[in-house]
Amino acid sequence: MRRKRAISGWLVLLIALHALVIFAGFFAPYDPTEQDRNNPYLPPMRLHFLDPQGHLHARPFAYSLRLREGSFDQYEENTALTIPLKFFVLGARYHLLGLVPGRWHLWGAEEQRIYLLGTDSYGRDLLSRFLYGGQVSLFAGLSGAGTTLLLGLCVGAMAGYYGGWRDDLLMRLAELFLALPWLYLLLALRAFLPLAVSPRQAFFLIVAILGAVGWARPARLVRGVVLSAKEQDFVRAARGFGATDGYLLRRHILPEASSVVLTQAAILVPQFVLAEMTLSFLGLGVPEPVPSWGNLLSALQQYSVLVSYWWMYLPALIMLPFFLGYLGLGSELQQPQEPYKIGKLTRSLE
Amino acid sequence: MRAARANCPSRPIVFSLLLALVALVPEVISAAPQKNSNEEWLVLPGDIGRPGGRLVVSLRAEPKTLNPLIATDISSREVIGTMQADLVHIDRATQLTEPALAKSWKISPDGLQYTLVLRRGLKFSDGQPLDAEDVLFTFRLYLEEKVHAPQRDLLILDDKPISLRKVDSQTIVFQLPKTYSVAERLFDGLSILPKHLLEKPYEEGKIAQIGTLTTPANQWAGLGPFRLKEYVAGQRLVLERNPYYWKTDAKGNRLPYLDELVFLFVPSADAQVLRFQSGETDIISRLGAENFSVLSRQPGDYTMVDAGPGLEYNFLFFNLSDPTEKTPSEVPQKQKWFREEKFRQAVSAAIDREAIVRLVYQGRGAPLWGLVTPGNRRWRDEKRPHPPRSLEKARELLKEAGFSRGAASNGDSGLLDSSGKPVEFSLITSSSSAERTKMATLIQDDLKQLGMRVQVVPLEHRSLLDRVTQTKQYDACVLGAVSPDADPNADISVWLSSGGLHLWNPSQAHPATPWEAEIDRLMKEQLYARTFGQRKKLYDRAQEILWEYQPMIFLVSPDILSGARKAVGNFRPAVLEPYVLWNVEQLYFKDDVVKATR
Repeated sequence: MRRKRAISGWLVLLIALHALVIFAGFFAPYDPTEQDRNNPYLPPMRLHFLDPQGHLHARPFAYSLRLREGSFDQYEENTALTIPLKFFVLGARYHLLGLVPGRWHLWGAEEQRIYLLGTDSYGRDLLSRFLYGGQVSLFAGLSGAGTTLLLGLCVGAMAGYYGGWRDDLLMRLAELFLALPWLYLLLALRAFLPLAVSPRQAFFLIVAILGAVGWARPARLVRGVVLSAKEQDFVRAARGFGATDGYLLRRHILPEASSVVLTQAAILVPQFVLAEMTLSFLGLGVPEPVPSWGNLLSALQQYSVLVSYWWMYLPALIMLPFFLGYLGLGSELQQPQEPYKIGKLTRSLE
Repeated sequence: MRAARANCPSRPIVFSLLLALVALVPEVISAAPQKNSNEEWLVLPGDIGRPGGRLVVSLRAEPKTLNPLIATDISSREVIGTMQADLVHIDRATQLTEPALAKSWKISPDGLQYTLVLRRGLKFSDGQPLDAEDVLFTFRLYLEEKVHAPQRDLLILDDKPISLRKVDSQTIVFQLPKTYSVAERLFDGLSILPKHLLEKPYEEGKIAQIGTLTTPANQWAGLGPFRLKEYVAGQRLVLERNPYYWKTDAKGNRLPYLDELVFLFVPSADAQVLRFQSGETDIISRLGAENFSVLSRQPGDYTMVDAGPGLEYNFLFFNLSDPTEKTPSEVPQKQKWFREEKFRQAVSAAIDREAIVRLVYQGRGAPLWGLVTPGNRRWRDEKRPHPPRSLEKARELLKEAGFSRGAASNGDSGLLDSSGKPVEFSLITSSSSAERTKMATLIQDDLKQLGMRVQVVPLEHRSLLDRVTQTKQYDACVLGAVSPDADPNADISVWLSSGGLHLWNPSQAHPATPWEAEIDRLMKEQLYARTFGQRKKLYDRAQEILWEYQPMIFLVSPDILSGARKAVGNFRPAVLEPYVLWNVEQLYFKDDVVKATR
């Protein structure tokens, strides 16, 4: 019971977070590529309820920020000019799920712009970039992990179950894939591709690369599980009753690997989001100005950004609940193995 | 011909020319205290320093060699600059030539003969004397084809090498095959090498093997302020004071002041900043604007200096070259737009140069409308117009050229050419330069306002250059270059249509357009013109043509940013390379901080 509740808890969290990202057009106040060139590296605006006279306002507001004299990245609050936070405002056009056009945003401000997470070096709203960036990164991560695991599962099951020359061949191939210097191969690959890659092509390219690079490790893990599972008594029994290979794999052996696969999934999704960042750096990722989490993080490679603009870390911080959600779900799915096994065993003996 | 001395000129024209040169660097010759008639030291103006100390600077990469005959990388040249000396030197502060190993020179009336007189009493850092034989030998090496010296091209005018002969042990005559404006600038950076150390390796054909970092210190010598002491692979290179150096300060103290100069190898810009902040290095140069701001904001015992815009120019250009068999088929189609002058002018008008200065360089740079940067004091054209960004003007120009806004076949609205094709192209830039990638992203947004769809493609630098100069597989490119010298002749291969750095259409057999032919003519004419006024007029005209046709759309010139500990005296960064170590012989430690024991 407790496990079920925990699993659904994590699932609800993940679904809520993903909904934020999927409906980024509505939740984000601005177009993620719009440059506000007068406000680069603007720190997050603080929301106030009390004005300087001590009056309480029901509607939260922010003070506008202006550049300090002679500086290009230092701001000071201008308490004379308030920006009230409004809900359901008309703003930049967007397409929900790439189809439904809209102009309504959950919140925003009129006349002045409001930046709750600050802006980047081009004066683009970080919050909007984060939400839109998730669309690329999470789905590249998820489909990359999906491809990887599917490939890994097939290869691992085949190698572990049939053994012999098939095992040797597949495992040597896996080792070869693990040993390849991927970074250089990717650079070489870049030279063969057309110069300009549209964001959509880039997305599928990332998924394909992540899937191709990552399958070897889960395949080895799955093979190990399959090897030990096929010697289990209940598997032998089923085989003795005349079960076919396909049935055995599907019904008895691969379910044994589910914990490995789920743990791998939980680890791979965050890992692939980071891999996407590396690819962006090599010019294989999603090109500017389209945001992705990798693009957002790559700004942190510069020392000057690290020490000067603390809010550039915020995207990394907000990513944590997403990754936590996956890891939490992964560990809950994995934990109470024994009762499940016994239940299954009794079922298969019936 | 009789050897002509500077103080007894044979011809009045030469005398007045020389007088003008001497007047530009007044202290240099006149104030030399001659302690010994056999020694003629160069006396430098500037603060009187105190001797001693050890200065630590960081280098981005390990120098590949100490041998000027084979050095091409920045690190090697930076180190060699402190170990070697040239006959005539360009003062980095005034950007004019000044006497160095040659105490004077004179030019024959036809401009073909340069007679240089060496200082008396010059010695290499190993104590061996220098005479005209060393100079002859050095130039033989530079000109020898087998040596492959990078300086060779400079010494060949119109396919004929400069020849030289010795008059006496102090006097050398250089014979130019053709008149060449300001030929004395050629001598800058041509280190004079020791014949006694190089003759044997040269005869054995091993010239490239000598002067490496692992050459024993007693087998390598130069005429610069420092000499080799120790090299620790992967960590540092230690130089020590050359006791035979030929410069003194105004009080007659022998330079350099420092006992030791240490180069630390610190590969990344950020690591260099950290090392400087922690006090491990005393000087930091080639700083990016953002790191400069970080250092300026955080208090420390250092001063940060913004020397103003240097000679680096960043620019955008379109692929105007003739298609090769490797060129993808869609490029010629796009070149129809690129070849349209009004299209290029519109792009130029739409670019927000001020925003680039602000957002990319945090205000530490200058917007640019021509190849000559504001840092080039003598050659910049004050009359050059500086039109502000104007999207209206850009739209107007595009309209005149037959472009219109409308919906393309795929439904997206944008700029269409006269045949209804949407205007979209890719913009390549070097992924190793965060600044240029940022510029490209800003330009992408600027051009979006005109309805052009631009995709920014950061590429690894080498493959970028390969695309631009070899395969021509690109649409447009954002690139930067640094003029090696303030004189326009240094950029000649950018200007001439036959030049390899004539990037929009490199190495043409014949000028592709009448205006390129005109630029070729102007640049060749200024090459042989004799007076500065004539040359400037020709050069200004060439710039005007460049602006009119916009084959290169100039963007911005960043400031030269550096910093040093407050204790370092005579720290005067210049906008010419080497930015901070050009007066290394004059650098000193002000207080009694005993650096040597650190």
